[in-house]
Amino acid sequence: MELAMRILESLDQNARLTAKDLAVMLGEDEAKVAAEIRRLEEELVICGYPTLIDWDKTDKHQVTAMIEVKVTPQRGKGFDEIAERIYQFDEVEAVYLMSGGFDLTVMLRGSSLKSIAEFVSGKLAPMESVLSTATHFVLKKYKEHGIPLVQRQEDERMLITP
Amino acid sequence: MRNPLNPAVVEIKPSGIRKFFDIVHEMKDAISLGVGEPDFATPYHIREEGIYSLEKARTHYTGNAGLPELRTEISNFLNRRYGLSYDSKSEILVTVGGSEAIDLAIRAMVCPGEEVIIPQPCYVSYEPCVILTQGVPVVIELQEKDEFRLTAEELRAAITDKTKLLVLPFPNNPTGAIMTEEDLKGIAEICVEKDIIVLSDEIYSELTYGYKHVSIASLPGMRERTIVINGFSKGHAMTGWRLGYACGPAEIIKQMTKIHQFAIMCAPTMSQYAAIEAMKNGDEDVAMMRDSYDKRRRFVVHELREMGLPCFEPYGAFYVFPCISEFGMSSEEFATRLLTEQKVAIVPGTAFGDCGEGFLRISYAYSLENLKRALDRLRAFITKLREEKANA
Repeated sequence: MELAMRILESLDQNARLTAKDLAVMLGEDEAKVAAEIRRLEEELVICGYPTLIDWDKTDKHQVTAMIEVKVTPQRGKGFDEIAERIYQFDEVEAVYLMSGGFDLTVMLRGSSLKSIAEFVSGKLAPMESVLSTATHFVLKKYKEHGIPLVQRQEDERMLITP
Repeated sequence: MRNPLNPAVVEIKPSGIRKFFDIVHEMKDAISLGVGEPDFATPYHIREEGIYSLEKARTHYTGNAGLPELRTEISNFLNRRYGLSYDSKSEILVTVGGSEAIDLAIRAMVCPGEEVIIPQPCYVSYEPCVILTQGVPVVIELQEKDEFRLTAEELRAAITDKTKLLVLPFPNNPTGAIMTEEDLKGIAEICVEKDIIVLSDEIYSELTYGYKHVSIASLPGMRERTIVINGFSKGHAMTGWRLGYACGPAEIIKQMTKIHQFAIMCAPTMSQYAAIEAMKNGDEDVAMMRDSYDKRRRFVVHELREMGLPCFEPYGAFYVFPCISEFGMSSEEFATRLLTEQKVAIVPGTAFGDCGEGFLRISYAYSLENLKRALDRLRAFITKLREEKANA
């Protein structure tokens, strides 16, 4: 496997690995790994290093909603322009173009049910190309980015075995 | 009352690891680098087959040698991975872990007074199994300078006219050593020349790094004189399922099956169903786990060398075997002090044979965070030892 792919697969599981750690673990030169990471960042293959946080375990009140949006695609631009208009809002966490019965999935993050409702009715639904919206609130997150949020698997192995 | 015990059993030394385990057991908050099993849970699609077999009420005995479908899949696996070809009906026996297969093979082949060559350091069960059959264990002390490989010269020097069996435990627990095809050729030639049977314990065969595992049974003249032991515990992360197997010439497997039939009846049925899934659709899991171990292997070797503990690069299993002789204390003393002073549990090399003296077995089947924490403590400990020595 090429170096870039090995770096990406490692960082996909643990973004905190330093170039030095990665170099050791992949058996490569540190400067080479650092340069490769820089290149991947510049080319927007690596787009960021957010932390996976379960906000439900904190005092911060937060509501997540998934909105199904039907839109009218625009001549020559397809769905890209309307998607861009939507994703520029800070409340919008993710926007996906979908196959099937609707066009865009918009993931929203807000401090309350009300703030989400206001965004949908005040900002999203009135957009010219938006035909309809259907809002689904997230009640509980079990797993994200391949990591279960609900329970941690304890190491149940004996301390010493042959 | 008469002595209820068999002196042959009483005289067997308890496993050296057992003694250390008792000390560790007292410590609640110790962190460990002492485990000889994967940190991964069995991949879910394999577990799910075990669950499904219970739902389907497959709770009965299977045939003594194991489910025909499982033996077929094992045969396919060995062919696909190592170019071995065994008849699933007569040359494969499914056992309760590789451990049972080792015991059966030794009992089926070794007569009282016959010598069994055991290269050490190695897994703890070969020697007691040989003693129980009244065979004579002949230990070869493997050398660090050879990266703990068995050399043809060492083997030749250990052979007498009573030698029957050679135990070949590679990839090796505790050293992480492997035998390359070249290394094995030298051993195979001698075995053919001297008419010696090989018990090749290949339980770590799926966990090699940079080298593809070669089974000695695949070399010319060796198939008819080799029993290959393998299983699901290490490669497929299935230790708790207790499932392994032995492959070899039909006349030996037949006698091993006889003992298995009387002692065990059959390996656990649900484990066998789960193992079919592991053989059919498990190659990708193993590749993922191998890659993950490989990263941690490089990390641990690098860290140990940074702290000035010499260790050869291990290309197999999930162990590193660093040398601690500079501190002028026994492995057991070192491990005990490390445990009491820094609460890190590492198995002394002597648990795997006297020639493990001066070494530690460090397992890297742990999360990177755990490895970092434990190695930081090890570093603090040896820094203190070096200061003590400088001030003495």
